[in-house]
Amino acid sequence: MVTLNHYLILSAILFAIGTAGVFVRRNLITILLSIEIMLNAVNLTFVAFGRALGSADGQIIVFFVMTVAAAEAAVGLAIVISLFRHKESLNPDSFASLKW
Amino acid sequence: MLILIPLLPFLGFLLNASLGRRISKAAAGAVACGTMFGSLLVSLTMVWQLVARPAESRAISNTVFTWIASGDFTAAFTLRLDPLASVMILVITGIGWLIHVYSTAYMHEESDSEYARYFSYLNLFAAFMLVLVLGANFLVMFVGWEGVGLCSYLLIGFWYQKKAASDAGKKAFIDNRIGDFGFVLGVLLLFVRFGTVDFQEVARAAAAVSPEAAFGTVSWITLLLFIGATGKSAQIPLYIWLPDAMEGPTPVSALIHAATMVTAGVYMIGRNAVLFSHAPQTLAIVAVIGAATALMAGTIGLVQNDIKRVLAYSTVSQLGYMFLAMGVGAYAAGIFHLYTHAFFKALLFLGSGAVIHALAGEQDLRKMGGLKKDLPITYWTFLIGALAIAGVPGLAGFFSKDEILYRTYTSGHTLLWVIGLLTALLTAIYMFRLVFMAFHGESRRAAASHEASIHDAPHHSPSHLHDAPPAMAVALIVLAIGSVVAGYAGLPSILGGGDWFARYLEPSFGVAPVEEVAEHGLEGVLMLVSIAVAAAGIGIAWYFFLKNRRAADEMAGRFGGLQTLLLNKYYVDEIYDATIVQPIRIASEDGLWKVIDVRFIDAAVNGVGLTVAGASERLRRVQTGSVRSYAASVFLGVVVILGYYLWR
Repeated sequence: MVTLNHYLILSAILFAIGTAGVFVRRNLITILLSIEIMLNAVNLTFVAFGRALGSADGQIIVFFVMTVAAAEAAVGLAIVISLFRHKESLNPDSFASLKW
Repeated sequence: MLILIPLLPFLGFLLNASLGRRISKAAAGAVACGTMFGSLLVSLTMVWQLVARPAESRAISNTVFTWIASGDFTAAFTLRLDPLASVMILVITGIGWLIHVYSTAYMHEESDSEYARYFSYLNLFAAFMLVLVLGANFLVMFVGWEGVGLCSYLLIGFWYQKKAASDAGKKAFIDNRIGDFGFVLGVLLLFVRFGTVDFQEVARAAAAVSPEAAFGTVSWITLLLFIGATGKSAQIPLYIWLPDAMEGPTPVSALIHAATMVTAGVYMIGRNAVLFSHAPQTLAIVAVIGAATALMAGTIGLVQNDIKRVLAYSTVSQLGYMFLAMGVGAYAAGIFHLYTHAFFKALLFLGSGAVIHALAGEQDLRKMGGLKKDLPITYWTFLIGALAIAGVPGLAGFFSKDEILYRTYTSGHTLLWVIGLLTALLTAIYMFRLVFMAFHGESRRAAASHEASIHDAPHHSPSHLHDAPPAMAVALIVLAIGSVVAGYAGLPSILGGGDWFARYLEPSFGVAPVEEVAEHGLEGVLMLVSIAVAAAGIGIAWYFFLKNRRAADEMAGRFGGLQTLLLNKYYVDEIYDATIVQPIRIASEDGLWKVIDVRFIDAAVNGVGLTVAGASERLRRVQTGSVRSYAASVFLGVVVILGYYLWR
């Protein structure tokens, strides 16, 4: 029997993987992918709660999150492309001039 | 309809101030004179309506708009015409219009835009002065009160490129500020005490209380108001600005610093006659200050050599007379003198202006002389003015001055009466000294002409002088006629008159006029005394300044100390400078500026800035530019907040 807790634990694991990806990886595209993983972990939580509470709200919110995620991916990738054209690099540490 | 009276000159001001530099001199002058004339016509119509009413209901009110409405306090912008105001508006619009006409010729040498600027100020002044006298409550009066002060400043400093003129303007403005501060405090105290600022209501409320035997609230109110009057009307201790105000154009001196604005303080006391009557302590102060100012200014006027300054001290002295009248409770006599004085003093100033105009800016009496034959119109009109102010029977000044002296005597102030009489003697002496030195004797211009040609390039060569041009001559002649006949409005009963002027004004003062305590015998004797004094004064002036010039110099030599004291105006300016101006300057510079401002205020401000800058210098290191470190901060923050909520 798969309970709500199973879903939440899976979601937490996915979220942790995504967070770790954001911090550990040195490639902007991988970081974007990691953010997608985090978003989907959250989506999973919504759906799981929606089912557990017998309400459609969780699923509706997921649609919104997916829409925003799609837009974010489009914008994010566009930024990554222009960053790459600028510096020939995908390492986030090479874009640190925006300070002081 | 009443609002039109101040509104017309105000429109003239707007026109000349906005379009002045684009229109010709003729147009600018026509706008200014036309609006003043319109205002005069409206005034005459309104006064005609007022006089047609029965004496008890002689007041026309016109509420223009509600100005302030706050809680249960309301102050409307209300104009009210009553007998007192009617006298004032006729003086302001009538004499004001003549002076506007005179100015069209006098100021003709200015450039187009300066000419329009001059007339815009003059019109603005007239508008404010009319608001001052028509205002039905203290607040509206205060608008006019401050407005005329502003215009006075602007016009004294009209030739602002001249240092003396701009200094004189500032001096007038600052002295007036001191007085106005007292005035404002007086109005505030009055509001606290009576709960209203409307003149009629104040008078009603004041009438209900009995006159203060000791120095109480009403005395304080009136004393503070009187401080305002000393500033505006040039009385001790704030009279010092008026002689310096002579730096302005001469028609301005005639209009503002002789006929109208400086009488605002006298008018204000007359307007609040009931209130002042309930503060006998203040009235005594007013009378003493008035008499002291009259005497002091008269003595200074005796030795001054600048033609306009003599007239300025004469004005201060005559204003002292008016305050003396107010102080002894002879309100009608004070206003009567105000009204006659407006004619002959405006005439004297305009006459001196004609002399200055003819001599291309020369104002020193010692460099004049013998102008009689070159300037006949100016001479004869000036002579009429001088006779009127000296108190020669039959002319305007005689009736009003005599009325004041008579009222002073019968109210029991014998000492003040003696001072008044002495001042009358001085008035006759200094006026005729002026006449004899300027118009009679031999011309002393030859010696002076070289000097004159150095600083003011003369427009007229001194050898052939021009008498007043038509616009100036008309004003002089009309005012001369006024100086002769104006006094008959208040012809006393002893001379077959009926004191019409005083009876007409009675409802405005709201206090019962002093009953005829003395019979005509005393009045006749006093009148003869003042005639004798006037004749003696003229005689003394004739002996010293025409017949035997050397005697005057000998006298001056014998009393050298006194002469120096008077020439230096009792060193009042120097005393004020040493006791007030310098201490304030030193305290401001070495105390307030270099200690309080630099060490405390600046230090506090700079300290705050330096602290923030220092903290930021360290804090800005946090902004690394690395996206991943920002993400780490966000993550850490989330963990901390979540942790707090989970384990608290």
